[in-house]
Amino acid sequence: MTISEKQAALVDEFAFFDDWMDKYNHIIEMGKSLKPLSDQDKQEDLLVQGCQSKVWLKAEKQGDDVKFWADADAIIAKGIVAMLIDVFDEQPAADIAQAELGFIEEIGLKDHLSPTRANGLMSMIKQMKIYALAFA
Amino acid sequence: MAYDIDYIRSQFPILDQQVHGRPLVYLDNAATAQKPKAVVDAISHYYYNDNANVHRGVHTLSQRATDAMEAVREQVRAHIGAREAAEIIFTRGITDSINTVAFGMGALIKPHQNVVITALEHHSNIVPWQMLCERTGATLRYIPINEKGELVLHSLEDIIDEHTVMVAFNHISNSLGTINPVSTILARAKAVGAWTLVDGAQSGPHAMVDVLEWDVDFFTLASHKMYGPTGLGVLYGKRERLEALPPYQGGGEMIATVTLEKSTYAEIPHKFEAGTPHIEGVIGFGAALKFMNSIGIDAIAKHEAELLDYATEILSSIEGFRIIGTADHKASVLSFLVDGTHPYDLGVLLDQQGIAVRTGQHCTQPIMDQFCIAGTARASFAMYNTKEEIDLFKAALDRAVNMLR
Repeated sequence: MTISEKQAALVDEFAFFDDWMDKYNHIIEMGKSLKPLSDQDKQEDLLVQGCQSKVWLKAEKQGDDVKFWADADAIIAKGIVAMLIDVFDEQPAADIAQAELGFIEEIGLKDHLSPTRANGLMSMIKQMKIYALAFA
Repeated sequence: MAYDIDYIRSQFPILDQQVHGRPLVYLDNAATAQKPKAVVDAISHYYYNDNANVHRGVHTLSQRATDAMEAVREQVRAHIGAREAAEIIFTRGITDSINTVAFGMGALIKPHQNVVITALEHHSNIVPWQMLCERTGATLRYIPINEKGELVLHSLEDIIDEHTVMVAFNHISNSLGTINPVSTILARAKAVGAWTLVDGAQSGPHAMVDVLEWDVDFFTLASHKMYGPTGLGVLYGKRERLEALPPYQGGGEMIATVTLEKSTYAEIPHKFEAGTPHIEGVIGFGAALKFMNSIGIDAIAKHEAELLDYATEILSSIEGFRIIGTADHKASVLSFLVDGTHPYDLGVLLDQQGIAVRTGQHCTQPIMDQFCIAGTARASFAMYNTKEEIDLFKAALDRAVNMLR
């Protein structure tokens, strides 16, 4: 699936829930099922700057694609980064660098995050794109 | 007289609203309290009828605005039991109050001397003193805390010594709720001739303070935590201390004469009130004090103590619920963690259910470091909170914890 198709699939998934507590529950489940980083990987230089909670993001170039791993100390942050990984993982670096992420708005997530947490989300996206640009 | 909670709540229109489809339960009062109608009305009345700059015009509006502002200075004097209204300085907030003192002391302190604060302070009562010490070469010392979040006083005589020039500490901790033994610390400070500052940020809305009974040199209040407008603080100082302290900021209002070569400063309080003051803030604060006193601080404190006891009791039944700060004497602040959950996650899921709490370090990073935690969730209570709201809070917390574990 392309980045656009991945986004559309996520929007469909979230449309299934009416109540925001249920949507949050889904984000939490995504966070819980994201494979955790080893303690060895949780280094200062992998921390995403600008997040209120600690979010570690690791990336590797695999051919033309980028492989991502992430972890966070707070589970909602981890769920959000899991959504981003769902969209970006093993996609071509050039596509990631140019991608427009409409799904955040479509799901309505932005309206349900406090300004500091919305900034944290933007920082995660920025960091993933920086990795992609470096690998492209 | 019975505590008329329905009347009190009716005075705070903001409380009557839904957040994410649930009734708002506002439990972030230690950050800022909501404002009663009387405060908003006083500010509107001022702008509709009396607005003018103060202390300089001869015209009627200026005189009215000046009189209204000075009447509040007198009100604050009476509220904290100061000797004279000139000892009440209006500032931009407690941060500004403390910086005023810390900056001024730069001219009075020597490198071999020291300043004493506690490990329980808000950043606003840490950083200005660190800056003072960096500028002057003086040393900053801390009174430590124990695992309950209480000050450890057994080495007080070593920490506060003959080289101590200032002892500055809060009456009530904003992040843990600890009520500190003010008189014990002040007695030691006075024994060595040190100046003293008590930060009343959290005591203002919960406790009556008499500055003469304490015989403290400086005391601070924040209007916005006492149901008044933001952007206004109080610095009380004894006349002789304020006269000895050089002014922090120069400008209009604070001078007696100005020539291009040299200016002389006005008498207190104006010496410390450079520029046009926060006039409507002062007037709103006067209305807030009047409203608070009409309910009675003792009655409010009793109501809040009941809420704290009730919340502590019912929340403790949640598996893994841990209170951070379990001092024997506590004000209405409940800082907590729930095992297996992150406070930020709790904050988000509580907000989705209409419950407003604070999450994070509460501007007290050293305290969080001491407890080896990244932060807490904090519920803090005010005059308008109810047991029913605490029941809603408990139900919301139960649901959040179930989702997170």
